[in-house]
Amino acid sequence: MASLRDIKRRINGIKNISQVTRAMQMIAAAKMRRAQEQVVASRPYAEKAWEVLIHLSQQPGSKAQFHPLLTQRPVHKVGIILITSDRGLAGGYNTNIVRATMRFIDRLEKPVQLVTVGRKGRGAFTRIGKQIIAEFGDIPDKPTLLDVLPIAQIAVADFLNGTFDEVYLAYTDFVNTIVQKPVVKRLLPLLPDKLEEQAVAEYVDSVRHGVAPAYIYEPDRAELLNIILPRFTELQVYQAVLEALASEHSARMVAMRSATDNANDLVADLTLTYNRVRQEAITKEMMDIVGGVEALK
Amino acid sequence: MPIKLEIVTVERLTFSDDVDMVIAPGSEGVMGILPHHAPLLTTLAYGELVVRKQGQDDLSFAIGGGFMEVQPDKVTVLADAAERADEINLDRAQEARKRAEGLLQSGKKLSLDEQTRAEAAIRRAMTRIKIARKRSKRRMPRSE
Repeated sequence: MASLRDIKRRINGIKNISQVTRAMQMIAAAKMRRAQEQVVASRPYAEKAWEVLIHLSQQPGSKAQFHPLLTQRPVHKVGIILITSDRGLAGGYNTNIVRATMRFIDRLEKPVQLVTVGRKGRGAFTRIGKQIIAEFGDIPDKPTLLDVLPIAQIAVADFLNGTFDEVYLAYTDFVNTIVQKPVVKRLLPLLPDKLEEQAVAEYVDSVRHGVAPAYIYEPDRAELLNIILPRFTELQVYQAVLEALASEHSARMVAMRSATDNANDLVADLTLTYNRVRQEAITKEMMDIVGGVEALK
Repeated sequence: MPIKLEIVTVERLTFSDDVDMVIAPGSEGVMGILPHHAPLLTTLAYGELVVRKQGQDDLSFAIGGGFMEVQPDKVTVLADAAERADEINLDRAQEARKRAEGLLQSGKKLSLDEQTRAEAAIRRAMTRIKIARKRSKRRMPRSE
Protein backbone atom coordinates (compact mmCIF):
# COMPACT_ATOMS: atom_id res chain seq x y z
CA MET A 1 0.00 0.00 0.00
CA ALA A 2 1.33 3.39 -1.03
CA SER A 3 2.07 5.78 1.76
CA LEU A 4 -0.19 8.72 2.47
CA ARG A 5 2.37 11.17 1.30
CA ASP A 6 2.87 9.39 -2.06
CA ILE A 7 -0.83 9.43 -2.74
CA LYS A 8 -1.10 13.08 -1.85
CA ARG A 9 1.73 13.87 -4.22
CA ARG A 10 0.10 12.00 -7.08
CA ILE A 11 -3.20 13.75 -6.51
CA ASN A 12 -1.49 17.12 -6.71
CA GLY A 13 0.38 16.12 -9.85
CA ILE A 14 -2.77 14.98 -11.60
CA LYS A 15 -4.61 18.11 -10.57
CA ASN A 16 -1.88 20.14 -12.24
CA ILE A 17 -2.18 18.09 -15.41
CA SER A 18 -5.92 18.59 -15.51
CA GLN A 19 -5.43 22.33 -15.20
CA VAL A 20 -3.08 22.33 -18.15
CA THR A 21 -5.33 20.17 -20.31
CA ARG A 22 -8.33 22.28 -19.45
CA ALA A 23 -6.48 25.43 -20.51
CA MET A 24 -5.44 23.75 -23.76
CA GLN A 25 -9.01 22.70 -24.37
CA MET A 26 -10.26 26.23 -23.97
CA ILE A 27 -7.57 27.69 -26.22
CA ALA A 28 -8.30 25.09 -28.88
CA ALA A 29 -12.00 25.90 -28.71
CA ALA A 30 -11.33 29.59 -29.30
CA LYS A 31 -8.95 28.91 -32.16
CA MET A 32 -11.37 26.49 -33.73
CA ARG A 33 -14.10 29.11 -33.75
CA ARG A 34 -11.78 31.58 -35.41
CA ALA A 35 -10.74 29.12 -38.11
CA GLN A 36 -14.38 28.29 -38.75
CA GLU A 37 -15.23 31.96 -39.14
CA GLN A 38 -12.46 32.28 -41.67
CA VAL A 39 -13.78 29.31 -43.63
CA VAL A 40 -17.18 30.93 -43.72
CA ALA A 41 -15.71 34.27 -44.79
CA SER A 42 -13.99 32.67 -47.77
CA ARG A 43 -17.19 31.10 -49.07
CA PRO A 44 -18.63 34.07 -51.01
CA TYR A 45 -15.45 34.27 -53.08
CA ALA A 46 -15.49 30.53 -53.65
CA GLU A 47 -19.10 30.58 -54.80
CA LYS A 48 -18.46 33.44 -57.22
CA ALA A 49 -15.30 31.89 -58.54
CA TRP A 50 -17.07 28.61 -59.23
CA GLU A 51 -19.85 30.49 -60.94
CA VAL A 52 -17.49 32.36 -63.21
CA LEU A 53 -15.56 29.23 -64.02
CA ILE A 54 -18.72 27.35 -64.89
CA HIS A 55 -20.00 30.20 -67.04
CA LEU A 56 -16.67 30.20 -68.75
CA SER A 57 -16.82 26.48 -69.43
CA GLN A 58 -20.37 26.82 -70.79
CA GLN A 59 -19.30 29.38 -73.34
CA PRO A 60 -19.76 28.39 -76.96
CA GLY A 61 -16.53 27.01 -78.33
CA SER A 62 -14.98 26.69 -74.91
CA LYS A 63 -14.23 23.01 -75.36
CA ALA A 64 -12.06 23.71 -78.36
CA GLN A 65 -9.56 25.87 -76.54
CA PHE A 66 -7.50 24.28 -73.87
CA HIS A 67 -5.48 25.66 -71.11
CA PRO A 68 -2.62 23.62 -69.66
CA LEU A 69 -4.21 23.66 -66.20
CA LEU A 70 -7.39 22.21 -67.68
CA THR A 71 -5.70 19.48 -69.67
CA GLN A 72 -5.49 15.91 -68.56
CA ARG A 73 -2.37 14.03 -69.57
CA PRO A 74 -1.15 10.50 -69.07
CA VAL A 75 -0.26 10.17 -65.42
CA HIS A 76 3.30 9.10 -64.64
CA LYS A 77 4.13 11.13 -61.60
CA VAL A 78 1.83 12.33 -58.87
CA GLY A 79 2.23 15.08 -56.33
CA ILE A 80 0.36 15.22 -53.05
CA ILE A 81 0.04 18.26 -50.84
CA LEU A 82 -0.43 16.94 -47.35
CA ILE A 83 -1.75 19.23 -44.67
CA THR A 84 -1.06 18.26 -41.07
CA SER A 85 -0.37 20.18 -37.90
CA ASP A 86 2.91 21.37 -36.45
CA ARG A 87 2.03 20.24 -32.97
CA GLY A 88 0.77 17.00 -31.51
CA LEU A 89 -1.63 16.37 -28.64
CA ALA A 90 -4.53 16.50 -31.04
CA GLY A 91 -5.94 13.01 -30.66
CA GLY A 92 -6.01 11.02 -33.88
CA TYR A 93 -5.91 14.09 -36.09
CA ASN A 94 -2.48 13.60 -37.68
CA THR A 95 -2.58 9.81 -37.64
CA ASN A 96 -5.85 9.76 -39.52
CA ILE A 97 -4.83 12.01 -42.36
CA VAL A 98 -1.42 10.37 -42.69
CA ARG A 99 -3.00 6.93 -42.80
CA ALA A 100 -5.58 8.02 -45.38
CA THR A 101 -2.79 9.46 -47.52
CA MET A 102 -0.74 6.26 -47.28
CA ARG A 103 -3.72 4.18 -48.32
CA PHE A 104 -4.26 6.51 -51.25
CA ILE A 105 -0.62 6.23 -52.31
CA ASP A 106 -0.77 2.42 -52.10
CA ARG A 107 -3.83 2.30 -54.31
CA LEU A 108 -2.32 4.68 -56.82
CA GLU A 109 0.70 2.49 -57.58
CA LYS A 110 2.54 5.40 -59.16
CA PRO A 111 5.62 7.30 -58.08
CA VAL A 112 4.52 9.92 -55.60
CA GLN A 113 6.28 12.96 -54.24
CA LEU A 114 4.99 15.01 -51.38
CA VAL A 115 4.68 18.61 -50.40
CA THR A 116 4.05 18.70 -46.68
CA VAL A 117 2.44 21.44 -44.69
CA GLY A 118 3.03 20.99 -40.97
CA ARG A 119 5.83 19.17 -39.19
CA LYS A 120 3.86 16.08 -38.23
CA GLY A 121 3.21 14.98 -41.80
CA ARG A 122 6.82 15.54 -42.76
CA GLY A 123 7.98 13.42 -39.85
CA ALA A 124 5.66 10.54 -40.70
CA PHE A 125 6.67 10.38 -44.34
CA THR A 126 10.41 10.90 -43.88
CA ARG A 127 10.34 7.95 -41.49
CA ILE A 128 9.04 5.63 -44.18
CA GLY A 129 11.40 7.15 -46.72
CA LYS A 130 9.02 8.95 -49.06
CA GLN A 131 10.40 11.77 -51.09
CA ILE A 132 9.39 15.21 -49.90
CA ILE A 133 10.14 17.97 -52.37
CA ALA A 134 8.96 20.90 -50.30
CA GLU A 135 7.81 21.50 -46.78
CA PHE A 136 6.01 24.28 -45.05
CA GLY A 137 5.76 24.79 -41.33
CA ASP A 138 4.62 27.44 -38.92
CA ILE A 139 1.36 28.27 -40.60
CA PRO A 140 0.00 31.03 -38.35
CA ASP A 141 -3.19 30.58 -36.38
CA LYS A 142 -4.94 33.09 -38.53
CA PRO A 143 -3.50 32.48 -41.98
CA THR A 144 -4.01 35.03 -44.72
CA LEU A 145 -4.00 34.16 -48.37
CA LEU A 146 -0.40 35.38 -48.53
CA ASP A 147 0.65 32.72 -46.03
CA VAL A 148 -0.58 29.84 -48.17
CA LEU A 149 0.20 31.33 -51.58
CA PRO A 150 3.63 29.67 -51.91
CA ILE A 151 2.04 26.24 -51.42
CA ALA A 152 -0.35 26.75 -54.30
CA GLN A 153 2.35 28.27 -56.44
CA ILE A 154 4.54 25.20 -56.07
CA ALA A 155 1.64 23.01 -57.12
CA VAL A 156 0.88 25.09 -60.21
CA ALA A 157 4.53 25.51 -61.21
CA ASP A 158 5.37 21.82 -60.82
CA PHE A 159 2.26 20.80 -62.67
CA LEU A 160 3.07 23.11 -65.56
CA ASN A 161 6.74 22.12 -65.85
CA GLY A 162 5.87 18.44 -65.87
CA THR A 163 7.21 17.42 -62.46
CA PHE A 164 3.71 16.20 -61.71
CA ASP A 165 0.98 15.02 -64.05
CA GLU A 166 -1.59 15.21 -61.31
CA VAL A 167 -1.68 17.01 -58.00
CA TYR A 168 -3.82 15.96 -55.06
CA LEU A 169 -4.65 17.76 -51.89
CA ALA A 170 -4.81 15.72 -48.68
CA TYR A 171 -6.39 17.48 -45.73
CA THR A 172 -8.93 17.03 -42.99
CA ASP A 173 -12.39 18.30 -43.73
CA PHE A 174 -14.15 19.90 -40.81
CA VAL A 175 -17.63 18.38 -40.61
CA ASN A 176 -18.44 19.35 -37.05
CA THR A 177 -16.78 19.43 -33.66
CA ILE A 178 -16.98 15.67 -33.28
CA VAL A 179 -16.42 14.55 -36.86
CA GLN A 180 -13.45 15.45 -39.03
CA LYS A 181 -13.03 13.57 -42.23
CA PRO A 182 -9.66 13.02 -43.92
CA VAL A 183 -10.01 13.63 -47.65
CA VAL A 184 -7.72 13.36 -50.64
CA LYS A 185 -9.01 15.29 -53.61
CA ARG A 186 -7.67 16.27 -56.97
CA LEU A 187 -6.34 19.79 -57.26
CA LEU A 188 -4.90 19.73 -60.76
CA PRO A 189 -5.75 19.40 -63.56
CA LEU A 190 -9.13 21.04 -63.27
CA LEU A 191 -11.50 19.11 -65.46
CA PRO A 192 -14.11 21.34 -67.12
CA ASP A 193 -16.59 18.47 -67.48
CA LYS A 194 -16.44 17.74 -63.80
CA LEU A 195 -16.63 21.35 -62.69
CA GLU A 196 -20.32 21.34 -62.16
CA GLU A 197 -20.32 18.09 -60.28
CA GLN A 198 -17.70 19.43 -57.96
CA ALA A 199 -19.43 22.74 -57.51
CA VAL A 200 -22.76 21.10 -56.80
CA ALA A 201 -21.11 18.95 -54.19
CA GLU A 202 -19.63 21.95 -52.47
CA TYR A 203 -22.03 24.80 -53.11
CA VAL A 204 -25.33 23.19 -53.85
CA ASP A 205 -27.49 26.21 -54.53
CA SER A 206 -25.07 28.42 -56.32
CA VAL A 207 -25.06 26.77 -59.76
CA ARG A 208 -27.47 28.18 -62.26
CA HIS A 209 -28.31 26.15 -65.27
CA GLY A 210 -29.09 27.17 -68.78
CA VAL A 211 -27.04 28.72 -71.51
CA ALA A 212 -24.66 31.33 -70.25
CA PRO A 213 -24.61 34.59 -72.21
CA ALA A 214 -21.65 35.02 -74.52
CA TYR A 215 -18.99 37.07 -72.82
CA ILE A 216 -16.91 39.90 -74.08
CA TYR A 217 -13.40 39.04 -73.00
CA GLU A 218 -10.90 41.60 -72.05
CA PRO A 219 -8.02 41.22 -72.83
CA ASP A 220 -8.78 37.76 -74.25
CA ARG A 221 -9.86 34.33 -73.17
CA ALA A 222 -6.43 32.77 -72.86
CA GLU A 223 -5.14 35.66 -70.80
CA LEU A 224 -8.20 35.52 -68.55
CA LEU A 225 -7.77 31.82 -67.93
CA ASN A 226 -4.14 32.52 -67.09
CA ILE A 227 -5.33 34.83 -64.36
CA ILE A 228 -8.35 32.94 -63.12
CA LEU A 229 -7.16 29.34 -62.97
CA PRO A 230 -4.14 29.83 -60.69
CA ARG A 231 -6.38 31.94 -58.41
CA PHE A 232 -8.67 29.03 -58.27
CA THR A 233 -5.97 26.65 -57.16
CA GLU A 234 -4.85 29.16 -54.56
CA LEU A 235 -8.37 29.41 -53.28
CA GLN A 236 -8.72 25.66 -52.92
CA VAL A 237 -5.44 25.37 -51.05
CA TYR A 238 -6.40 28.28 -48.80
CA GLN A 239 -9.72 26.72 -47.95
CA ALA A 240 -8.12 23.35 -47.33
CA VAL A 241 -5.65 24.91 -44.91
CA LEU A 242 -8.49 26.59 -43.03
CA GLU A 243 -10.54 23.41 -42.89
CA ALA A 244 -7.50 21.54 -41.64
CA LEU A 245 -6.88 24.18 -39.02
CA ALA A 246 -10.45 24.02 -37.75
CA SER A 247 -10.19 20.23 -37.67
CA GLU A 248 -6.89 20.30 -35.82
CA HIS A 249 -8.22 22.57 -33.12
CA SER A 250 -11.43 20.67 -32.69
CA ALA A 251 -9.54 17.36 -32.52
CA ARG A 252 -7.28 18.88 -29.89
CA MET A 253 -10.24 20.27 -28.02
CA VAL A 254 -11.93 16.87 -27.85
CA ALA A 255 -8.69 15.11 -26.93
CA MET A 256 -8.00 17.61 -24.17
CA ARG A 257 -11.52 17.41 -22.87
CA SER A 258 -11.27 13.67 -22.40
CA ALA A 259 -7.82 14.11 -20.87
CA THR A 260 -9.31 16.54 -18.37
CA ASP A 261 -12.17 14.17 -17.63
CA ASN A 262 -9.76 11.28 -17.12
CA ALA A 263 -7.61 13.34 -14.82
CA ASN A 264 -10.64 14.31 -12.76
CA ASP A 265 -11.74 10.66 -12.50
CA LEU A 266 -8.28 9.72 -11.40
CA VAL A 267 -8.26 12.45 -8.77
CA ALA A 268 -11.61 11.21 -7.44
CA ASP A 269 -10.31 7.63 -7.27
CA LEU A 270 -7.10 8.62 -5.58
CA THR A 271 -8.87 10.85 -3.09
CA LEU A 272 -10.99 7.88 -2.12
CA THR A 273 -7.91 5.72 -1.68
CA TYR A 274 -6.23 8.51 0.23
CA ASN A 275 -9.09 8.78 2.70
CA ARG A 276 -9.29 5.04 3.12
CA VAL A 277 -5.58 4.75 3.82
CA ARG A 278 -5.76 7.64 6.23
CA GLN A 279 -8.66 6.10 8.07
CA GLU A 280 -6.91 2.75 8.25
CA ALA A 281 -3.86 4.40 9.73
CA ILE A 282 -5.96 6.17 12.35
CA THR A 283 -7.81 2.96 13.20
CA LYS A 284 -4.53 1.14 13.57
CA GLU A 285 -3.14 3.79 15.88
CA MET A 286 -6.26 3.67 18.05
CA MET A 287 -6.05 -0.09 18.24
CA ASP A 288 -2.46 0.26 19.40
CA ILE A 289 -3.44 2.71 22.09
CA VAL A 290 -6.36 0.59 23.23
CA GLY A 291 -4.10 -2.49 23.19
CA GLY A 292 -1.49 -0.62 25.26
CA VAL A 293 -4.05 0.52 27.84
CA GLU A 294 -5.43 -3.01 28.00
CA ALA A 295 -1.93 -4.42 28.65
CA LEU A 296 -1.31 -1.99 31.51
CA LYS A 297 -4.35 -3.13 33.43
CA MET B 1 -32.72 49.47 -62.66
CA PRO B 2 -29.86 49.17 -60.20
CA ILE B 3 -26.95 46.78 -60.55
CA LYS B 4 -26.18 44.31 -57.83
CA LEU B 5 -22.53 44.82 -57.01
CA GLU B 6 -20.48 42.38 -54.99
CA ILE B 7 -16.83 42.85 -54.18
CA VAL B 8 -15.29 39.73 -52.71
CA THR B 9 -11.79 38.71 -51.77
CA VAL B 10 -10.68 35.29 -50.64
CA GLU B 11 -10.65 36.53 -47.09
CA ARG B 12 -14.03 38.23 -46.94
CA LEU B 13 -17.03 39.77 -48.62
CA THR B 14 -15.99 43.41 -48.83
CA PHE B 15 -19.10 45.01 -50.30
CA SER B 16 -22.53 43.94 -51.43
CA ASP B 17 -25.31 46.32 -52.40
CA ASP B 18 -27.44 47.67 -55.24
CA VAL B 19 -25.73 50.54 -57.01
CA ASP B 20 -26.25 52.71 -60.10
CA MET B 21 -22.79 52.74 -61.61
CA VAL B 22 -19.46 51.04 -61.17
CA ILE B 23 -16.19 52.50 -62.40
CA ALA B 24 -13.59 49.77 -62.40
CA PRO B 25 -9.85 49.69 -63.11
CA GLY B 26 -9.80 47.15 -65.94
CA SER B 27 -6.43 45.91 -67.08
CA GLU B 28 -7.04 47.53 -70.49
CA GLY B 29 -8.21 50.80 -69.04
CA VAL B 30 -10.76 52.24 -66.67
CA MET B 31 -14.31 51.28 -67.53
CA GLY B 32 -17.64 52.60 -66.39
CA ILE B 33 -20.42 50.07 -66.08
CA LEU B 34 -24.07 51.00 -66.18
CA PRO B 35 -27.08 48.71 -65.92
CA HIS B 36 -27.77 46.46 -68.94
CA HIS B 37 -24.12 46.19 -69.79
CA ALA B 38 -23.27 43.31 -72.11
CA PRO B 39 -21.80 40.25 -70.34
CA LEU B 40 -18.13 40.85 -69.86
CA LEU B 41 -15.24 39.14 -68.19
CA THR B 42 -12.12 41.16 -67.57
CA THR B 43 -8.98 41.18 -65.53
CA LEU B 44 -8.37 44.07 -63.19
CA ALA B 45 -5.33 46.22 -62.60
CA TYR B 46 -4.27 47.97 -59.42
CA GLY B 47 -6.44 50.98 -59.07
CA GLU B 48 -9.47 52.68 -57.73
CA LEU B 49 -12.96 51.30 -58.04
CA VAL B 50 -15.70 53.85 -57.61
CA VAL B 51 -19.25 52.97 -56.71
CA ARG B 52 -21.92 55.51 -57.56
CA LYS B 53 -25.37 55.55 -56.09
CA GLN B 54 -27.91 58.27 -56.56
CA GLY B 55 -28.31 60.58 -53.62
CA GLN B 56 -25.16 59.30 -51.94
CA ASP B 57 -21.49 60.15 -51.93
CA ASP B 58 -19.32 58.03 -54.17
CA LEU B 59 -17.70 55.10 -52.43
CA SER B 60 -14.14 54.33 -53.30
CA PHE B 61 -12.18 51.09 -53.04
CA ALA B 62 -8.54 50.26 -53.58
CA ILE B 63 -8.40 47.16 -55.78
CA GLY B 64 -5.25 45.09 -56.05
CA GLY B 65 -5.80 43.08 -59.20
CA GLY B 66 -8.09 40.13 -59.80
CA PHE B 67 -10.98 39.84 -62.21
CA MET B 68 -14.54 41.00 -62.70
CA GLU B 69 -17.62 39.45 -64.18
CA VAL B 70 -20.33 41.71 -65.56
CA GLN B 71 -23.87 40.57 -66.25
CA PRO B 72 -26.71 42.92 -67.26
CA ASP B 73 -28.02 43.20 -63.71
CA LYS B 74 -25.02 42.11 -61.72
CA VAL B 75 -21.35 42.91 -61.28
CA THR B 76 -19.05 40.60 -59.37
CA VAL B 77 -15.54 41.74 -58.52
CA LEU B 78 -13.22 38.95 -57.45
CA ALA B 79 -10.31 40.97 -56.19
CA ASP B 80 -6.94 39.80 -54.93
CA ALA B 81 -7.18 42.61 -52.44
CA ALA B 82 -9.89 45.15 -51.80
CA GLU B 83 -10.07 47.86 -49.19
CA ARG B 84 -12.59 50.58 -48.66
CA ALA B 85 -11.05 54.01 -48.82
CA ASP B 86 -11.75 54.68 -45.17
CA GLU B 87 -10.06 51.43 -44.13
CA ILE B 88 -6.75 52.34 -45.71
CA ASN B 89 -3.95 53.03 -43.32
CA LEU B 90 -2.03 55.83 -45.01
CA ASP B 91 1.06 55.48 -42.86
CA ARG B 92 1.35 51.82 -43.56
CA ALA B 93 0.93 52.33 -47.28
CA GLN B 94 3.67 54.94 -47.28
CA GLU B 95 5.92 52.67 -45.30
CA ALA B 96 5.34 49.81 -47.72
CA ARG B 97 6.19 52.07 -50.62
CA LYS B 98 9.40 53.26 -48.99
CA ARG B 99 10.41 49.71 -48.20
CA ALA B 100 9.89 48.52 -51.75
CA GLU B 101 11.63 51.55 -53.24
CA GLY B 102 14.53 51.08 -50.87
CA LEU B 103 14.84 47.50 -52.01
CA LEU B 104 14.93 48.50 -55.66
CA GLN B 105 17.45 51.29 -55.09
CA SER B 106 19.68 49.37 -52.73
CA GLY B 107 21.67 48.17 -55.71
CA LYS B 108 21.41 44.60 -54.46
CA LYS B 109 21.13 42.03 -57.18
CA LEU B 110 17.48 41.03 -57.29
CA SER B 111 16.03 38.05 -59.08
CA LEU B 112 13.44 38.81 -61.71
CA ASP B 113 10.79 37.54 -59.35
CA GLU B 114 11.89 39.79 -56.52
CA GLN B 115 12.02 42.76 -58.80
CA THR B 116 8.50 42.27 -60.14
CA ARG B 117 7.27 41.79 -56.62
CA ALA B 118 8.86 45.01 -55.42
CA GLU B 119 7.47 46.90 -58.39
CA ALA B 120 4.03 45.49 -57.74
CA ALA B 121 4.31 46.50 -54.10
CA ILE B 122 5.09 50.08 -55.14
CA ARG B 123 2.16 50.20 -57.52
CA ARG B 124 -0.13 48.80 -54.87
CA ALA B 125 1.07 51.23 -52.24
CA MET B 126 0.74 54.19 -54.58
CA THR B 127 -2.84 53.28 -55.42
CA ARG B 128 -3.69 53.13 -51.78
CA ILE B 129 -1.93 56.39 -50.99
CA LYS B 130 -3.72 58.16 -53.81
CA ILE B 131 -7.13 56.92 -52.78
CA ALA B 132 -6.59 57.61 -49.11
CA ARG B 133 -5.45 61.17 -49.87
CA LYS B 134 -8.40 61.85 -52.10
CA ARG B 135 -10.79 60.72 -49.45
CA SER B 136 -9.26 62.81 -46.69
CA LYS B 137 -9.41 65.87 -48.95
CA ARG B 138 -13.06 65.33 -49.60
CA ARG B 139 -13.87 64.90 -45.97
CA MET B 140 -11.80 67.80 -44.71
CA PRO B 141 -12.07 70.73 -47.13
CA ARG B 142 -8.81 72.63 -47.20
CA SER B 143 -8.85 75.43 -44.69
CA GLU B 144 -6.39 77.82 -46.35
